[in-house]
Amino acid sequence: MKKGGTKIVIVDYGVGNLFSLANAVGLFTRDLVISEDANTINNAEAIILPGVGAFKAGMEGLKIRNLIGTIKAFAKTNRPILGICLGAQLMLTKGYEFGEIEGLDIIAGKVIPFPKFKNADKVPHIGWNKIFPFNKGRWNDTIMRSTGVNMHVYFVHSYIIETKNKDNILALTKYGDMNFASVIKKGNIYGCQFHPEKSGPDGLTIIDEFIKFVKING
Amino acid sequence: MKNNQSIKKSSKKNIRIIPRLDIKGPNVVKGINLEGLRVVGDPVELAYKYYNDGADEILYLDIVASLYQRNFDFDLLKSVSKKIFVPTTVGGGIRSLNDITNALRAGADKIAINTYAVHHPEFIAEAVHKFGSQCIALSVEAKKTNDGHWETYTDGGREKTDIDSIEWIKKSISLGVGEIIITSIDQDGAKRGFNLELTNKVIAISPVPVIVCGGAGSLDSVKKMVETCHPEAISAASVFHYRDYSISDLKRYLKQNGYNVRL
Repeated sequence: MKKGGTKIVIVDYGVGNLFSLANAVGLFTRDLVISEDANTINNAEAIILPGVGAFKAGMEGLKIRNLIGTIKAFAKTNRPILGICLGAQLMLTKGYEFGEIEGLDIIAGKVIPFPKFKNADKVPHIGWNKIFPFNKGRWNDTIMRSTGVNMHVYFVHSYIIETKNKDNILALTKYGDMNFASVIKKGNIYGCQFHPEKSGPDGLTIIDEFIKFVKING
Repeated sequence: MKNNQSIKKSSKKNIRIIPRLDIKGPNVVKGINLEGLRVVGDPVELAYKYYNDGADEILYLDIVASLYQRNFDFDLLKSVSKKIFVPTTVGGGIRSLNDITNALRAGADKIAINTYAVHHPEFIAEAVHKFGSQCIALSVEAKKTNDGHWETYTDGGREKTDIDSIEWIKKSISLGVGEIIITSIDQDGAKRGFNLELTNKVIAISPVPVIVCGGAGSLDSVKKMVETCHPEAISAASVFHYRDYSISDLKRYLKQNGYNVRL
């Protein structure tokens, strides 16, 4: 890693609530830039993949900016990444929103629609819901370490992440008649299905922990 | 318990309480039946107050942008969202994918569309293709006709369309819209309670979440609507702006009556 690169880069690939995200991350670090430039991303100590969009449009957004290889290479160095919502989903092998689409394949698995539920829960899943650890102790030494079990965070999605390996699941959330992965992890790479930047003070805690984590590992 | 049956029927998930900010120029305004607008406060101050009081989201609608084909004031939106760490749904004069991108770059997390989509339904499909269903809400302003139908209005409740609101909602859902914001124009701002007939009709046909808007009156009137209609979310303006009760008062009241809210 080159010295002097901007510490944290929010990757601008055309879809994403960039203002909200930069505003929240900016509470914890000034060393932050929004960029679509491959060099800037290469030289970052950590990147954040935002996302409010469809899987297909998201991958197309990365492709036209020639960022697919950049981000995959970044992930191979095990520098910290935080993917949010679509940004987390794109890290999987494949997605199925508007066709079968190749993802970044940083974490093995797929992104599939919610199944039909027997109860009254509707899709998209929009609103505040609880997150809890996949199993006891799994949040230790992760960006979830300061998060309370069953804390409410804000979800807005129609598709869910299904990792191939259950070891990649950090947190679960119950919706309809199922539990789905709400936080995933592989090495220093994290993905949140919910929006920590829009989940009140509790959500900001997760961002704060990610920034602290970058400072230790950067 | 009297309410048992209705609670069982509804989803157990938290009902969202969403203050609605109708924006005109630099101000939050509020009228009755979407008319006779009065200035009620500063958008930045009100949004921050509602955020601190437990708002689950903010609904931010520029109510004249569409009417005058005016450009949206993105700088004002930025100032509002800067201190708000719950989602903001933004609407008013949105008529291109570029408008959506710009709004998301200025503090929006979800987008509400109304007038432009009524005249160009294909815009819904385009927006959903790029931003996903979950990002695109359809705002419908409806008024009851003499023959008992619900007619869709555009441009902040000013223009008739002859379009049946229920049919329009069905169509928009088939085009991929991810959420419905339904406002009864006759109830808006009157604080007499929601229109239960309209709310029930919309919720009955909608597989996507519904935000019920227009008419919040007494705490009891809100509870009555929740009991009868089981909405995913409730939006209100006048009762919060004029301090009839606070967002946290409403949430505690619903909680005491057996409904889940985020406290």
